[in-house]
Amino acid sequence: MFEIDKWQEIYSTIRKNKLRTFLTGFSVAWGIFMLIVLLGSGSGLENGIHEQFKGGALNGVWISSGMTSMQYKGLKIGRMIKFTNEDFGSVKQTVQGADRISARLFLGNKLVSYKDQYGSFFLSPCHPDYGYIKEIDMIQGRFLNNLDISEFRKVAVVGEKVKASLFKNNDTIALGKYINITGVLFKVVGVFRDYSRNDYEQMRVYIPISTAQRVFKGENVINQISFTTGKATPEEADAMVKSTKLVLAKIHTFDPKDERAIDIWNKSEDVKKFNALFSGIRIFIWIIGIGTIIAGIVGVSNIMMIVVKERTKEIGIRKALGATPYSIIGLIMQEAIVITGFAGYIGLILGVGLLELVAKKMPATEFFKNPEANFSIAISATILLVVAGAIAGLFPAMKAAKVRPVEALRDE
Amino acid sequence: MIQINNIHKSYITGQNSLHVLKGIDLRIEAGEMISIMGASGSGKSTLLNILGILDNYDSGEYILNGLKIKKLSERKAAQLRNKMLGFVFQSFNLVSFKNAMENVALPLYYQDIPRKKRNLIAMEYLDRMGLKEWAHHLPNELSGGQKQRTAIARALISKPKVILADEPTGALDSVTSLEMMDILQEINKTGITMVIVTHEYDIAARTQKTVRITDGLITEIINN
Repeated sequence: MFEIDKWQEIYSTIRKNKLRTFLTGFSVAWGIFMLIVLLGSGSGLENGIHEQFKGGALNGVWISSGMTSMQYKGLKIGRMIKFTNEDFGSVKQTVQGADRISARLFLGNKLVSYKDQYGSFFLSPCHPDYGYIKEIDMIQGRFLNNLDISEFRKVAVVGEKVKASLFKNNDTIALGKYINITGVLFKVVGVFRDYSRNDYEQMRVYIPISTAQRVFKGENVINQISFTTGKATPEEADAMVKSTKLVLAKIHTFDPKDERAIDIWNKSEDVKKFNALFSGIRIFIWIIGIGTIIAGIVGVSNIMMIVVKERTKEIGIRKALGATPYSIIGLIMQEAIVITGFAGYIGLILGVGLLELVAKKMPATEFFKNPEANFSIAISATILLVVAGAIAGLFPAMKAAKVRPVEALRDE
Repeated sequence: MIQINNIHKSYITGQNSLHVLKGIDLRIEAGEMISIMGASGSGKSTLLNILGILDNYDSGEYILNGLKIKKLSERKAAQLRNKMLGFVFQSFNLVSFKNAMENVALPLYYQDIPRKKRNLIAMEYLDRMGLKEWAHHLPNELSGGQKQRTAIARALISKPKVILADEPTGALDSVTSLEMMDILQEINKTGITMVIVTHEYDIAARTQKTVRITDGLITEIINN
């Protein structure tokens, strides 16, 4: 089928109709270009959003205490719910599937100093498991451990930014140094990096929750309980969250239907929603892209129809000389595939080129990062092109195959 | 070589049916050179198309070289045309964007003969027609006589049993027409059966037999 004669014939018809071929090819190239740019932008959006999800395990659940908004068992609206260490213990017993669990205390920003360097940093007392739940990456030293909790050690794990602002010049080693947190000395045992994009996450100081309760609070209050649901399915995770809420509702006597008594953030639900959103966007993009390509195909098909009309006589001659219908179909389809394939390939290259350029030159914003057309998209686009070319050529080719030599050769 | 018995053919255009051939019987022996004459609309071209397996017939029988031609698939018909028949047309019917050599080589393309080989063979046939120097010219650079000689070379290249010529001299001046008849007679002498449709008496006179068709029927067969 792919013989040099056919290539020559395609070349000669294309050469005779340069403008027509160009315009046809352009519509196909444009379609593919649009598809690639759209898909690339979609992936850029997706990458941006995924970036937003960093800095916290995807299966994490965060439960914070709040204020009641419903009357319950004779109790009025607007009661503050206060979590304690006992609540933490009950939750830990209730949610068996949770692989990591931690309580947190909110102390807000505190003045932290080392020698003559000062800074106000967010103090975040927690359990050792919080390092996993928050996906904290240690770059020096270690995170908190169980001994720190049980022995009420005055140790601190500081963020990269905290270290940078407190330890300057020749004093770049932070590990083992003592920092002053509102008058109390804490030994730095680790430096971390948080993968979330927000700067303030890097400006935290983690200390053992037991120590914090004793030093800064004087009572065993906590503000937040967080855990990861391990390998639980979304349904199981949901059940865990529900049973936790029931336990807490019973202890603190609030209506389990009360949405504000405690605040629950189940991250996997957000992830699920975004995944659904993105598969929706992706489908949308393919529909638009394919629509554009179909417009191109119709263009090619139209042109090929005209080509067949113009070449009726030639096709008649060929048939008289022994061309089978199959060979005629092959001739026309090959020409259509060549035009769509070649033009589409140019569109593909231009689209990928534009994406590369944008990825390189445009600064990544919060919701848009690294637009890319990956290998599988290129493969799908290529398959689409060949199929498109075949479809574009099919009807004209069938028309050509039906040409009756008698009519084609009739002398006017 | 060719035997047709009681061939009928009508064309249906809308609600009208046009009965073109009304029972034609004809026998053409191998190596014969005959002409078919008739007024326009008499059915002579239709008969030639049926002989050339370019058109179907409604009823009757057509035997070509011992093979019954009836309701063939397009593929089979194409193969038969390629192997058995050569065509020469009034308007030459050369492919405009192919040069003389490529035009002559075209039937061999459909026999899957490699490009180099078929171009070589095509050159041989062009040489025999005295067109060697014109092999790389496009049809619109050739004179009428040269075009028709190219077409004859093309008809000959697949070594057909029968050559069917539809008004082969219709577009040529009288001198060239006579040259063309010389060539066709030469070819006939090599043993190829020849059927020529014409309306010119002097052309018909150069054949061995003239079949006259009037209104879809053979009315006269003259031995010249």
